[in-house]
Amino acid sequence: MSHQYCTFVLDGHLFGVPVSSVQEVLKPQALTHVPLAPAEVAGLINLRGQIVTTLELRNRLGLPRRDPGSPSVNVVVRTGDGGTVSLVVDEIGDVLEPDEDTFETPPETVPARIRALVTGVCKLQEHLMLALDTERAVSVESAA
Amino acid sequence: MDDIDDLDDIVEAFLVESHENLDQFDRDLVELERDPSSHELLSSVFRTLHTIKGTSGFLGFAVLESVTHVGESLLSRLRDGETTLSPRTTTVLLEMVDAVRALLAQIEQTGSEGDDDYAALVARLTAILDGDDTSTTTTTSANDELVPVPAAATQQSVGASPWGAAPPQNGLVHADDLAIALAEREFAEPPQPATRTSDDRGYGGVDGSTDNGADDGTLRGVGPDTAVTAPTPRTETRRPVADSSIRVDVALLDSLMNLVGELVLTRNQMLQRAATREDVELQRTTHRLNLIAGELQEGVMKTRMQPIDHVWSKLPRVVRDLSVTLGKAVDLRMEGRHTELDKTILEAVRDPLTHLVRNAVDHGIEDCERRRLAGKPEQGTLLLRAFHEGGQVNIEIADDGAGIDPEKLRAKAVTRGMLTTESAAAMSDREAINLIFSPGFSTAAAVTNVSGRGVGMDVVKTNIEKIGGSIDLTSVVGAGTTVRIRIPLTLAIIPALVVSAAANRYAIPQGNLLELVRLEPEQAQAAIETVHGTPVYRLRGRLLPLVHLREQLELPVAEHATTYIAVLQADDRQFGLIVDDIKDTEEIVVKPLGTQLRAITLYAGATIMGDGQIALILDAMALARRAGITLEGAGTASAAAAGAVSSARAALLVVALGDGRRVAIPLDAVDRLEEFPAGRIERVGSHEVVQYRGQILPLLRLDDALHAYGEGTATGTTQVVVCRSDGRLVGITVAAILDIVEDELAVRSHLDSGGRQGSAVIGQHVTELVDIGSAVATINPELLTPLRAG
Repeated sequence: MSHQYCTFVLDGHLFGVPVSSVQEVLKPQALTHVPLAPAEVAGLINLRGQIVTTLELRNRLGLPRRDPGSPSVNVVVRTGDGGTVSLVVDEIGDVLEPDEDTFETPPETVPARIRALVTGVCKLQEHLMLALDTERAVSVESAA
Repeated sequence: MDDIDDLDDIVEAFLVESHENLDQFDRDLVELERDPSSHELLSSVFRTLHTIKGTSGFLGFAVLESVTHVGESLLSRLRDGETTLSPRTTTVLLEMVDAVRALLAQIEQTGSEGDDDYAALVARLTAILDGDDTSTTTTTSANDELVPVPAAATQQSVGASPWGAAPPQNGLVHADDLAIALAEREFAEPPQPATRTSDDRGYGGVDGSTDNGADDGTLRGVGPDTAVTAPTPRTETRRPVADSSIRVDVALLDSLMNLVGELVLTRNQMLQRAATREDVELQRTTHRLNLIAGELQEGVMKTRMQPIDHVWSKLPRVVRDLSVTLGKAVDLRMEGRHTELDKTILEAVRDPLTHLVRNAVDHGIEDCERRRLAGKPEQGTLLLRAFHEGGQVNIEIADDGAGIDPEKLRAKAVTRGMLTTESAAAMSDREAINLIFSPGFSTAAAVTNVSGRGVGMDVVKTNIEKIGGSIDLTSVVGAGTTVRIRIPLTLAIIPALVVSAAANRYAIPQGNLLELVRLEPEQAQAAIETVHGTPVYRLRGRLLPLVHLREQLELPVAEHATTYIAVLQADDRQFGLIVDDIKDTEEIVVKPLGTQLRAITLYAGATIMGDGQIALILDAMALARRAGITLEGAGTASAAAAGAVSSARAALLVVALGDGRRVAIPLDAVDRLEEFPAGRIERVGSHEVVQYRGQILPLLRLDDALHAYGEGTATGTTQVVVCRSDGRLVGITVAAILDIVEDELAVRSHLDSGGRQGSAVIGQHVTELVDIGSAVATINPELLTPLRAG
């Protein structure tokens, strides 16, 4: 049995989250900055009257910071506790349905910060897709 | 017990009703102790128990029925004047109520009565029933004149009532049977008044009739017609209110409330958009939307409002039980029991309130002996007061007991290692008294089973603060202790002040806001001083510690020409929050933040503003804590009240009239202060009005109202104090707004009655006090009619 993945690009790498957890994909929204928030939190967006926390996924994964003004897309995901979180990514990709046997556990060489959030590496024909664990990706401990 | 499942609905209705009835029962019984001869109360308790007994027999709850049956017999004797109520009887009766509650809880959980044995209780009740026979009062004849209830009526009604007729021993009742039985009950009703002829004068007080005994004469004459409208047994109407109300699931109200919240937000956005368009039709529509949304919001809020009596009604019982156990005499008085607040808040204050009341009886009020020695009346007084003030509910719990000795608290804090001797000595009495709210602090010399285990006051404080309230304690040794709780009316939609810092806007709940200060550059330089590097501002002679919002939010600090200070009250501290700009006040809907941000205590949530942008809601308490503002740093206005158990201090807005007279308006009547350019003032008929927040605000010249004829102010702007009078907004035009003061409202003279309450010396000037309500009424009675109704 295989799963569908919603893919997106971050710093040239292809990532994917299960389609079942994705609520919608939005163009960049007006962000309200939250002072004192952890670096991963980009701010808050008003999603049809609902206040949704937006995470900068690059920061969450320890990737180089986004250049201000560079294009981005919001992937809104539902979390287990019924909440909604928006993830800022560089570019949205296709929905893929890779075979189960193309997955491998992430190699040791993958930085620990990413490995902690990745459930597996999918060997696609041209490149690799890192499958993200949505729950772990959105759980940000704020230190303040 | 499958049959019970079939009966679910009926049993559930029975449980709900019985719980309500028992609350009433408790109240009435305690009341009855004070006034044992009250026939009305006796009838009420009898009816309550009778209903429960009847239904329990009907539904086949044999144990419940046997317990209530004995109780009923006992009550019927009391009611008929055959015996009088002794404390022992009351205690046993209350025990019986507890047993009934336990049984009901058991039924609610398991559907059956369980195996608990209540034989001992029944025996005790029977003992009183038998034993007191000898003490039959001789006042029966005297009673007869006042409340003519023939003893026979009870037996007859119990026996003849269809409840009594239902075989109590049938363990199970099938739903069909029940339906038939109910139907029979309905049909059996009509002949009853007929069969009970006029000799049965006690009937009115016994069974399902809503009328009291006085109407008996007319009641007798009725035929089957009344039977149709006669209340069914389950909804036996003690209070006619039950007929005009329905039960609604709280979850439904909650979701309605959420929807209204959304509607309010959408309306706010709509209003802002519409204001920028030249479309008259759109303007009109949004205006209507505004009014309707406002009224809808009010209406939905009202459905969630409950009188505080819902919580208080349990307290007489608590106080009674406790004082009997402790051998104290306590007179519990309640004022403002109809004060309403949101259901969720009501639930949240239930436990803290009960705890405080128990504390007051246990630790506050002394026993009779000690009170006598202290020269006080033997009976202690516990006063509960509830009232609305400035959009908040105040609840006071005042006892006239021993009070709290700050010395003892200091000593205790030192022995507990919470404070050093020096820091304890440096503490003011007021601070020392408030040590009682520290975790793990109990002043009870002996741990009783009532209170004094060291968990308590701190939990009370935490719970009150959780719902955005504050708690304050004042005490005078030997004279008593007063605890004052201030809580918001509702949590869902709150008025808030919107301020800005850097690019963001922030909302501060109005409940925390005391006043706003604007300092021009030259003023700011002189007025803001530093104490040990901390900026302070002299606010009417008191030092107010200042906090930079930008600093607290770790934003780059920017210099502004004008300094805006929002004076905030957090707990019992006051501080000034320096913000970039002060925007407006707005009704905001509190929304929780995501889990990623919950750890930042500075934010109480977020809200969506009229333009669709998000504003974070600041928690004043957390701001103060983060800024390190200590109790010591704040000379608080309320601190001055420490001496007086209840001082009549009032905040007043001082304004000037055209002829230079000073007039004070109670601040709680003041909604906002506005400045309108003269060109914006329009006329409707002979009235001056101004368009204000989508409404027409009638203006009232205070000069005219108070016959002050000075030179008209030639300035281009008009100072308007927007006041609330009977829930309506009225703009009061004044020559100048001078100051806000807090003063003892001891009215010194009553020179005039025309819209004034009298005069007082405020800040070394004779100042007239204005009663807004009568000022508005005397000038222009019809002025208010064009305003929106309600």
